[in-house]
Amino acid sequence: MELAQLERISDCAWRIPSKNGMRVPAIIFANQALVEDMDDKVAEQISNVARLPGIVGAAYAMPDAHWGYGFPIGGVAAFDPEQGGVISAGGVGFDISCGVRTLHTGLQSGELRTVQELLADALEYAIPAGVGSTGRLRLSKREMDEMLLGGAQWAVQSDFGMAEDLDYIEELGCMADAEPGQVSEQAKQRQRDELGTLGSGNHYLEVQRVVEIFDEPTAKAFGLALDQVEVSIHCGSRGLGHQIGTEFLRSMALQAKGFGIDLPDRELACAPIRSELGQRYLGAMRAAINCSFANRQVITHLTRQAFHEVLPQARLTLLFDVSHNTCKVERHLVDGEERELYVHRKGATRAFGPGHPSLPAEYRAVGQPVLIGGTMGTASYVLAGTEEGMRIALGSACHGAGRAMSRHQATRTWRGQQVTEELAAKGISIRSPSWRGVAEEAPGAYKDVAAVAEASEAAGLARRVARLEPLICIKG
Amino acid sequence: MATEHWEHLEHGADIGIRGYGATPAEAFRQAALALTALITEPGKIRLRESVQIEREAPDLEFLLLDWINALVYEMATRRLLFGRYAVEIADGRLTATAEGEPVDIERHRPAVEVKGATLTALQVVETAPGQWLAQCIVDV
Repeated sequence: MELAQLERISDCAWRIPSKNGMRVPAIIFANQALVEDMDDKVAEQISNVARLPGIVGAAYAMPDAHWGYGFPIGGVAAFDPEQGGVISAGGVGFDISCGVRTLHTGLQSGELRTVQELLADALEYAIPAGVGSTGRLRLSKREMDEMLLGGAQWAVQSDFGMAEDLDYIEELGCMADAEPGQVSEQAKQRQRDELGTLGSGNHYLEVQRVVEIFDEPTAKAFGLALDQVEVSIHCGSRGLGHQIGTEFLRSMALQAKGFGIDLPDRELACAPIRSELGQRYLGAMRAAINCSFANRQVITHLTRQAFHEVLPQARLTLLFDVSHNTCKVERHLVDGEERELYVHRKGATRAFGPGHPSLPAEYRAVGQPVLIGGTMGTASYVLAGTEEGMRIALGSACHGAGRAMSRHQATRTWRGQQVTEELAAKGISIRSPSWRGVAEEAPGAYKDVAAVAEASEAAGLARRVARLEPLICIKG
Repeated sequence: MATEHWEHLEHGADIGIRGYGATPAEAFRQAALALTALITEPGKIRLRESVQIEREAPDLEFLLLDWINALVYEMATRRLLFGRYAVEIADGRLTATAEGEPVDIERHRPAVEVKGATLTALQVVETAPGQWLAQCIVDV
């Protein structure tokens, strides 16, 4: 990205001043090297977001930001319904509430040594992954609606997990005000046999080892210690979310003119929060958030079963569950005044600071766990939300390493088999239905996740707590 | 059978599909082949089942969006992959047939699941007389 268009406001924050119809400035959080590497499209897209009606404060890009559609991936923006604020299907994305859930196992890495391949096989067998895979559950019409209303709470009531799991999920595992009636029959049809499946692309289930602790007291509060084995699950609302995104993107793009919204990019398709279309989307999107909660809960259950077969002493409990692609109603201080805002996070994680009433009691003093997905061959990070992040970025942080290379370029650079063999040599067991899928997701196709985590900390968005490295990766 | 005339477009996080043809319908057919090629080699797909698709849209670009999304939907709900397409467009209405077979993970080794077509880089244009291009970025 051209640095000349940016005003540097601190080591890790850059401003694009309001111009060309921008209602607010855009702010990019990243160190100089990350900004230089960012595509110019990120600046263009985040500036376009700043032009949308009712936007409050600024349009923000996180350190892992990259070229998306409409919003950049790693984009955050809040809208005030009192000021004509909008809700954007493009600003949430197709994979509604895609997120990461991390589980403690109670195991030390040494306990895996002799059974790592066996565990990888058991997980691969237990958890449907990849194109065309189906879950073992078939929901009736009534069950589908109950799932869309109840989220992980529905899953727990249906014997997929334990009641205490719910305390460690955003919204306690159940997004309020979901409206299954706003979810089309097509979307429900697409979900019919996809509950409890990982999906494909960048989705995965990893068994990881804690290799570094940055902040001992917070790690302790989160239940993390060196050499511990964790499991991280990255997936979303599956076909249901994709279909809702597809349908509302089209409706919003076609109706934008009628709302008097001048879209700088059709993909920013949106509707006023206080419009029938806006409200219908909110009801459907919230149902999709519940679908993602239920999906990660069912996968948790399957993971527990697989662990039980191989390592019966394991006890899987939740560290936390975060969502990346959402729009949520939150209260934030704007110029000293508390306001209710609709916060879009597209490829960005909510990162509430210490003291936030929504956090589980044992995390309240240290801030929300922020789970940063890495790549198959590098690392994942656990961060914690900060007071400063609440002030400077609506309590938001990065969500992953962020792609540095297109899928095409990745398949030209690597072969899946070779990537798998190289990772095996490093002690990482990969299971995937597709070599090409592995090549497209090769670790080298991503930015340096360590640099992204460091920049998030330096920018004040979230502080580093622990680094986790993969032992087993089930790729979708 | 007509020659293949499609390509994939680079995009930071995802990927684009582009089809060329003497008519919008041919460009749409080629774009659909590009969609299949994202997932697996079109030539590996046996033609055993066919699905009829009809769509109407306010303009050709939204019709392309609807066409690709219809294929994504049919692939997802029927667990099919399509290797051959026939497309007709008249008066803003698309009538098409997609032929293929159920996903066979061993044989097709499907690389990605397409979530949906986006409005990004969505274009249906006549670049020169009798030369149409139809393209969009898809989310994978």
